[in-house]
Amino acid sequence: MKILRTLALGASMIAICCTAASAAGLTVGFSQIGSESGWRAAETSVTKQEAEKRGITLKFADAQQKQENQIKAIRGFIAQGVNAILVAPVVATGWEQVLGEAKDAKIPVILLDRGIDASKDLYLTSVASDQVKEGSVAGDWLVKTVGDKPCRVVELQGTVGSTPAINRKKGFEEAIAGHKNISIARSQTGDFTRSKGKEVMEGFLKAENGGKNICAMYAHNDDMAVGAIQAIKDAGLKPGKDILVVSIDAVPDIFQAMAAGEANATVELTPNMAGPAFDALDAYLKSGKQPEKFIITQSKLYTPADDPKGEYERRKGLGY
Amino acid sequence: MATAEDVVLEARGITKIFGNHTALKGVDISFRRGEVHALLGENGAGKSTLIKILTGAYTPDGGTIELEGQPVSFTTPQQAQALGIGTVYQEVNLLPNMTVSDNLFIGRQPSAFGMVNRSATDAMARTVLAQYGLDIDVRAELSTYSVAIQQIVAIARAVELSGKVLILDEPTASLDRHEVEKLFEIIRTLKARGLAIVFITHFLDQVFELSDRVTVLRNGFRVGSEPVSALDRTGLVRMMLGKDLVHHNNGPVDGEPDGGDVLMSVRQLGLTGSVLPLDLEIRKGEVVGVAGLLGSGRTEMARLMFGIDVADNGALHIDGESRVVRSAREAVSLGFGFCPEDRKADGIFGDLSVRENIVIAMQARLGWFRALNRDEQLEIAGNFIEALDIRTASAELPVKLLSGGNQQKVILARWLATDPRFLILDEPTRGIDVGAHAEIVRMISRLREDGLALVVISSELDEIVSYSSRVVVMRDRALVAELRGADITPSRIVQAIAGQGVENVA
Amino acid sequence: MKRLQLTEIVRPQLLALACILLLNWFVFPGFFTITWQDGRLFGSLIDVINRGAPVAILAIGMTAIIATRGVDLSVGAVMAVAGAVAATAAVAGQPLVVTLIAALLVGLLCGLWNGSLVAFLGMQPFVATLVLMVAGRGVAQLITEGSIVTFSDPALIFVGTGSLLGLPMPAVIALALMLAAHLVMRRTAMGLFVEAIGTNRSAASYTGLRTRTVILTLYAFGGLCAALAGVIAAADIRGADANNAGLWLELDAILAVVIGGTSLLGGRFSIPMSVLGAVIIQAMNTGILVSGLPPEFNLIVKASVIILILVMQSDRIGEIVARRFARLKLRGKT
Repeated sequence: MKILRTLALGASMIAICCTAASAAGLTVGFSQIGSESGWRAAETSVTKQEAEKRGITLKFADAQQKQENQIKAIRGFIAQGVNAILVAPVVATGWEQVLGEAKDAKIPVILLDRGIDASKDLYLTSVASDQVKEGSVAGDWLVKTVGDKPCRVVELQGTVGSTPAINRKKGFEEAIAGHKNISIARSQTGDFTRSKGKEVMEGFLKAENGGKNICAMYAHNDDMAVGAIQAIKDAGLKPGKDILVVSIDAVPDIFQAMAAGEANATVELTPNMAGPAFDALDAYLKSGKQPEKFIITQSKLYTPADDPKGEYERRKGLGY
Repeated sequence: MATAEDVVLEARGITKIFGNHTALKGVDISFRRGEVHALLGENGAGKSTLIKILTGAYTPDGGTIELEGQPVSFTTPQQAQALGIGTVYQEVNLLPNMTVSDNLFIGRQPSAFGMVNRSATDAMARTVLAQYGLDIDVRAELSTYSVAIQQIVAIARAVELSGKVLILDEPTASLDRHEVEKLFEIIRTLKARGLAIVFITHFLDQVFELSDRVTVLRNGFRVGSEPVSALDRTGLVRMMLGKDLVHHNNGPVDGEPDGGDVLMSVRQLGLTGSVLPLDLEIRKGEVVGVAGLLGSGRTEMARLMFGIDVADNGALHIDGESRVVRSAREAVSLGFGFCPEDRKADGIFGDLSVRENIVIAMQARLGWFRALNRDEQLEIAGNFIEALDIRTASAELPVKLLSGGNQQKVILARWLATDPRFLILDEPTRGIDVGAHAEIVRMISRLREDGLALVVISSELDEIVSYSSRVVVMRDRALVAELRGADITPSRIVQAIAGQGVENVA
Repeated sequence: MKRLQLTEIVRPQLLALACILLLNWFVFPGFFTITWQDGRLFGSLIDVINRGAPVAILAIGMTAIIATRGVDLSVGAVMAVAGAVAATAAVAGQPLVVTLIAALLVGLLCGLWNGSLVAFLGMQPFVATLVLMVAGRGVAQLITEGSIVTFSDPALIFVGTGSLLGLPMPAVIALALMLAAHLVMRRTAMGLFVEAIGTNRSAASYTGLRTRTVILTLYAFGGLCAALAGVIAAADIRGADANNAGLWLELDAILAVVIGGTSLLGGRFSIPMSVLGAVIIQAMNTGILVSGLPPEFNLIVKASVIILILVMQSDRIGEIVARRFARLKLRGKT
């Protein structure tokens, strides 16, 4: 009897210690989609860094692009009794059951990077970037840079029909909407890849009088921009001068191009989704403060004035 | 004895035409209650076409089918099944990864409120199988049982489903002796229950052991339909091979059959499940004819000699040296050639030109790098086209456009181009026109005179008699007789195939 | 006689290419303009042969495989692996020779793996090569650790972006490989063996052909070609992109072979025609890029043109056209 009571007491004390403390000492499960892109890899390493900074024990599970693996991982986290779960959901549907289980176990769930089609009370908050904003930041930069001069823009879209491609196109178009001097002359998909970016840009250059009619190139991601920069150089033009280069993501290689004067601007899609998530979690566990349902990360503009060499060095170790 | 009133299924004047080939010509056949009816015929005689028409898989182009006196016409096997005609094929076509009871009752399990009642199904399955003397775990997957048991399950299913006529298509092909007896017992029980049973087989013993009546088909015609009691084995073989044996006696081939050196000798060569161990010597300058019904092991023996199948018993000596022929490639390098029975499947390269078809074996022997150039190929092909009188508009014509006889000559040319010592011809004259037929027969004799050793397998007894120095007879996967000299006559061969009166010849 | 037959075979594909080029010229008048710039030729036509080179190289390897009734679905993934190996070697400071040998060796091993599964274990080529199609990209990702490995070895970059006699290197390599492969097939007996095996494998083994060895060799060569294409693709963007390099290119390669007239049912084949097929596909891609059509139309345009080409090639349509021509000629005479 006595032993039993001691045990119970001990258990409750551990429980008290953990709920009462700040983020330090928490155990958080993180179900990541996989490592399908450099950005994804960077998100994983930044999440690990952010957890370490805050003294959080991070349990990491790579789902290898499969929802069933994510569901398995989340169930595992629940069974282990983690304090919170981060999920970067691979698809939007099919989460009610497993998130309901987490809710029943009173474990808060935070979505990273992508949303889901499910009741909002199944998760504490969702941390994501505003893709339309990213496009409009890029557009605003171009508007400011070219001023009143006429400017024909070529656009390298992401994969046709993908959400980021639609949103980044929309934001950019909104930003240049009021400015008659700026027009999108050509727009094609480069599938978010370097090689297709290069190939499409080659076609654009031929079709636009060897590139002499092009004033700026807007790419939905930096990888395509890097490919396009090579195509511009092969055509005997100077990227960054003859043709302005603006893109989105802020991956290390674009900073290298920027440092070489070959790229003009990039809008950051921060891989640090976990930082704001941990902050919200901390506030929630400490004081019960309900965070905003949708936390939007900052879409920061980087130009050659922002120490591109330094940015490259800072980022290159993140796994991009 | 069954009487005319007992007729369950009757077909009259059944005709079936595929393109320009008539597979069945006005065939009449009737099956009676409580009778086992054997259906016999060589390959291409029309057996399977007839069965497919009776079971609704094909629609006949002429003729009528009556079931218990009522005209019927089925367009699908399901219809035929529902009306009482069940079929069990050589390869059991059940679902191997489902349980025995599922296989028996799939689609008609006892159910309540849409749920299958498992235990009731299993109990029914046990009852049904008990009738066949089978006490097995009906919940185990079908594939865990032997082919024999699977066959019995298939029969049970067919009888349960249909119950009037049961068609068994070569049911004993993959069973051992003991299993065959078990199967026959079951067939006799079913016969006693009043089913009409149709039994397709190549084994004459089984016909005499089991059947009450036998129908023989040949070239799409019905040769005859007789009570088994009225027939002897020789008569039956004669019906199947279609020889009016009295008028033919070409006599033995000239020359001394044992004159040449021994090229190949086999001792107790055999392969389990394929050919029983056999002894044979083949000499240079002689033709060894191989006679036997389909399924007697004659092709299997040839495959062993040519390394397509590898023997698991006995030894093979070539020029007195012990050899193991593990592949066709090794056989070819020893100077062997093989014209297979199924010309289309194993012989010709249909889309390739006559030229390529002729040089391929020679080129395979030369290897990858010592390529014959186009002119050399044309010369070789041209020579053989002329020598064998291959009728083709040009050497560049795809070989598939040639007639069967000319295709056969192309394959022969292919081997002759390799300058072989030993040729195996499996049914070299099957399905070819009369003119080409005679030419090939002449060619076989000429090759023998040139000193080649040949083994020729054929169902055409006249043919075998005309060119063979010796004839070996195969029956039930074994070599049962070797005929020489004056004994090489169609009637002696028929007797040997039938298994009668061969004691003094062998 | 020989020449006449050649033109007979070539006709529909050349016609298709001519149609597409004309259409391209129609939507973009500068399509045929070629200028000399920085010591190389420059223009849309050059883009076509340059961009078409990786698929052409894949198609060179794929042709004989398809001619034996096989298929190699893994070539896209093998491209990624070879690119990753080449990039890693270049980053490690290896000279070009070592980089190339390493990448090609990896491709050869991949091909031998596929070939062994098909020839010796008797697996269906579709399934056997699917294994590496899935696993290969994973291996590439492991090598690059999920990121794009960029390199700056000028020698390696030259393989993807340099030029010889004004022509882009990838096109020069593809052309040389095509000629070499064609000669090997037609000057040795290999071509005959391949067609025999593809037409009737059973008959081929009765004939004493080493069918397994031949099949193994073809898959090994296919892997080698894929590795070469992978090196070129990586050199082109100066980096190995494990996630995207060669993605879906196996399908383009199969399509190129089919457009080139080699049947998926095996038999007759022609490597130069498959290369022509790759050029046709790329002419279409480049045409879409310069046309200014919105990207949503890309796939529809591509699919329609391909259907049109395949219909033009079909035997039945050929017969109908031939009959019409014969009738016209008759009418002309009377």
